Amino acid sequence: MSVADSAHQPNPLPASGERAQSRHARASSHRRIHPFDDESWLGRILLAPAVIYIVALVGFPFFLAIFYSVSDATVGSTTLHFVGLRNYERILHDPTFWRSLRNAIVFTVVSQAFVVVLGKILAMALYADFPGKWAVRFLILLPWVAPISLGSIGWLWIFDPVYSVINWSGRALHLFGPGFWPIWLGQPDLAMASIVMVDVWRLLPLATVIILAGMSSIPQDIHDAAAVDGAGFWRHLFRINLPLIMPIMLVALLFGIVFTFTDLIVVYVLTRGGPFDSTQVIASYAYFTGVQGGDLATGAAISLFLFPVLVVAAIVFLTIAKRSEVT
Amino acid sequence: MATVETRALTKHFDSGNAVDGIDLAVREGEFLVLVGPSGCGKTTLLRMLAGLETPSSGDVLIGGRVVTWLPPRKRDIAMVFQSYALYPHLSVYGNIAFPLQSAGVPRKEVAGKVRNAAAMFGIDRLLSRKPRQLSGGERQRVALARAVVRAPVVFLLDEPLSNLDAKLRTSARDELQQFQRRLGTTTVYVTHDQVEAMGLGDRIAVLDHGRIHQLGAPRDVYHDPADTFVATFIGSPPMNLLEENDVLSGVRPEQLLPPAAFDQGDATVPFPFTVNRIEYLGADRLVYGTLEAPHPPTKVISRLPSTIALPIETGRRYDFAVRERDLKFFDRETGRRMARGT
Amino acid sequence: MSSPPFSAIRSLKRTGHVLLLAAFVAFLAFPFYWMAITTFKSTKDLIDTTHNPFLLGAPPTLDNLRVLFFQTDFGRWILNTVEVGVLVTLITLVLAVPAGYALARLSGRWGHRLGIAIFLTYLIPPTILFIPFSRIVADLGLQDSLWSLVLVYPSFTVPFCTWLMMGFFKSIPRDIEEAAMIDGLSRFRAFIKVVVPVSSAGMLTVVIFTLTLVMQEFVYALTFITTSAHYTVSVGVPTFLVRGDVYFWGSLMGACLIVSIPVAIVYNLFVDRFVAGFTVGAVK
Repeated sequence: MSVADSAHQPNPLPASGERAQSRHARASSHRRIHPFDDESWLGRILLAPAVIYIVALVGFPFFLAIFYSVSDATVGSTTLHFVGLRNYERILHDPTFWRSLRNAIVFTVVSQAFVVVLGKILAMALYADFPGKWAVRFLILLPWVAPISLGSIGWLWIFDPVYSVINWSGRALHLFGPGFWPIWLGQPDLAMASIVMVDVWRLLPLATVIILAGMSSIPQDIHDAAAVDGAGFWRHLFRINLPLIMPIMLVALLFGIVFTFTDLIVVYVLTRGGPFDSTQVIASYAYFTGVQGGDLATGAAISLFLFPVLVVAAIVFLTIAKRSEVT
Repeated sequence: MATVETRALTKHFDSGNAVDGIDLAVREGEFLVLVGPSGCGKTTLLRMLAGLETPSSGDVLIGGRVVTWLPPRKRDIAMVFQSYALYPHLSVYGNIAFPLQSAGVPRKEVAGKVRNAAAMFGIDRLLSRKPRQLSGGERQRVALARAVVRAPVVFLLDEPLSNLDAKLRTSARDELQQFQRRLGTTTVYVTHDQVEAMGLGDRIAVLDHGRIHQLGAPRDVYHDPADTFVATFIGSPPMNLLEENDVLSGVRPEQLLPPAAFDQGDATVPFPFTVNRIEYLGADRLVYGTLEAPHPPTKVISRLPSTIALPIETGRRYDFAVRERDLKFFDRETGRRMARGT
Repeated sequence: MSSPPFSAIRSLKRTGHVLLLAAFVAFLAFPFYWMAITTFKSTKDLIDTTHNPFLLGAPPTLDNLRVLFFQTDFGRWILNTVEVGVLVTLITLVLAVPAGYALARLSGRWGHRLGIAIFLTYLIPPTILFIPFSRIVADLGLQDSLWSLVLVYPSFTVPFCTWLMMGFFKSIPRDIEEAAMIDGLSRFRAFIKVVVPVSSAGMLTVVIFTLTLVMQEFVYALTFITTSAHYTVSVGVPTFLVRGDVYFWGSLMGACLIVSIPVAIVYNLFVDRFVAGFTVGAVK
């Protein structure tokens, strides 16, 4: 059987007198195959370390988290007892938990709505070539590429109660009256708005770049055809452009939702969940309860409430990936 | 009256002039083919007619009015792209209806026009399908239906047959020509395939390096080429060119024959050659050989129709000839056609 | 020749375009400008509210940076981060490159499904796993040690890098390996001797992304590390340096700037690959 016969499934060369690995032969004639040639065997060998690592370091702790959530584990305890759904009951009666859940949802929905719309606008502005585009792209990507905690600290300084540059500018431009001096991170509503703003700031670059990639994948011919067919700017945008990049905008949205919903860092750095737990989100509340507070069991239970949203996101993502064959 | 006209149309890129001062007048109802090798500027020219490229200088006129700076949608044209450029997210109906909707045609009228256009190309059963569910030939018809539905003044076609299988191409060519004759709409058609050009065009324009070398009916372009480029581009296998006596002589392969094939009265010039290779193509034989004295040793091709049964063997010398009046002469420096004889 | 339409409309469009871009750039890049200015501002300039904060009211100073490097553990943190980064990168390369190859070449249907499954592990984020991990790490005796990070970080670098390498290997034509196999190499040796050298660009991408992921990671480092000397930069700066003390903002901003800008420069060179990796599932 010559190698030239098969274009995409090259047959391994038969080795001379090596021991057979007959289990994984694809065709019945391939009985004596050297391990380094046996494709399915080699595939599993190459894949195994990564898979084992991931199962061990993702799968195992995940199930441990579930186990903790129905136990009385604490940071210091040496014994573990099964307590049924008691932790969950307690959480569901905890107003701070409901506040965290509400905040996580609100922050995510509001910030991602802004991100998708602004991202599309910015992507359209960046679509054409112009001098200095590389520099503009560099500046626009900064919020995404810089470490999140450090970028957030920058905003911490911008929101400073005494030295906030926003307030200074507002005063200087006479937009803020004499009595008007917002404490951005000190008042619950303002703190929530500030967190949303930083979430938008952080994710806008990623969404823009993803949408740009989607826009570039539309063949130029389609735009030409629409121009010849008589479509003006708005018709082109809503009937041709947006429908064709919808799958990729959904991908950007999905990633944004996952990142924002599970986020701990922005809240931790800006407010530590305050003032008075009014800006807690699920991830941060789980941290303060489980790690700082030592109550691993409750912390685990809280953090597991992230999972349902993620599962929904996974299902939506897979559906898009399957349905996206438009060409 | 000219429906489509260009005046000194030029398009300049960094690498040079893609289109170099072209004056073209397309007659009403005519099927004009722009043909040339890749990079000759034919597609750029077509795109300037469409308004998808802005010219560096010169003007485009459609229906008598100057449209040089108008966007495509104001020019009353329709275009079929090489890739068909069907909107992937719309059904066949949606694709065909799109130009009508963009023009603001009322919804009741749209349905009727779409069905008529679809019926014209035999795709009315496919109206609810999406482009990805169609074969190449079906997609091409949708593209044509979309072009036809608005009854424009001009059709612009950019190599619409090159993505089809060879077999499909000939039948598609036939249908295309018939539908154009029926509609009578002026059509400008771009292709790199000279057989297609000869078969379809009322007139063909042979382009190279941004200039039109010759514009004329297929018969004129074939039998009276304006220069060596046209002579060798049109016709397959290409015309044999010989350099002798400070002049380029040209003779087409089907004109290089055994003397017995000619009438007694025709004056002929002997062209003996030794055969290197023979290709048997069924309807013809292509004989590849090298000329013998008194001609310089040039490689030539002779095309023998199957009606000439003379047995030919490689390695042997044959005394073929050419009718004197079939010889064409070209200037050695410029390549332009000259009157006969030195 | 006829003349082009009223060019005022075109310049109006262009101005609008520029203004729009300027607005976005201002919003996105301003915090970094702010970091830069604050870093070099002397303290008395900083706390004087009559000065225009957008400018330097007094001559620029390097004092803040001096304090940062000599009076805090910042230098130590950078070293820690680099150590962890290098080790995690090595582990990731060893795990992800073969796995990516296996998924690209040697798999059937189950391989494709496994690929998606690997990607889906991102749906179990660190903010769920950090709780059980805090206990696991303590039980392993790795509490407050950088080794805990070296152990755990590959759990989020390997899936994405496997996905990246899979895409990369898929784009290499099979012909090269087939030619090598005809010439006498086994598939595995063809992989080592032919495919790996050709895909060095892909592996460089993996290296860069792993390093940036390590540099950005916060949740695990916050959970596992407790003493200042063992912090990484991403955690050390917010936990240790943020004291609300006005005299310290200059150094703090300097810390943020020094880490952000090099990461940004390197990341920018690879952003297209990154996006391709992200979207390979949806935009085929």
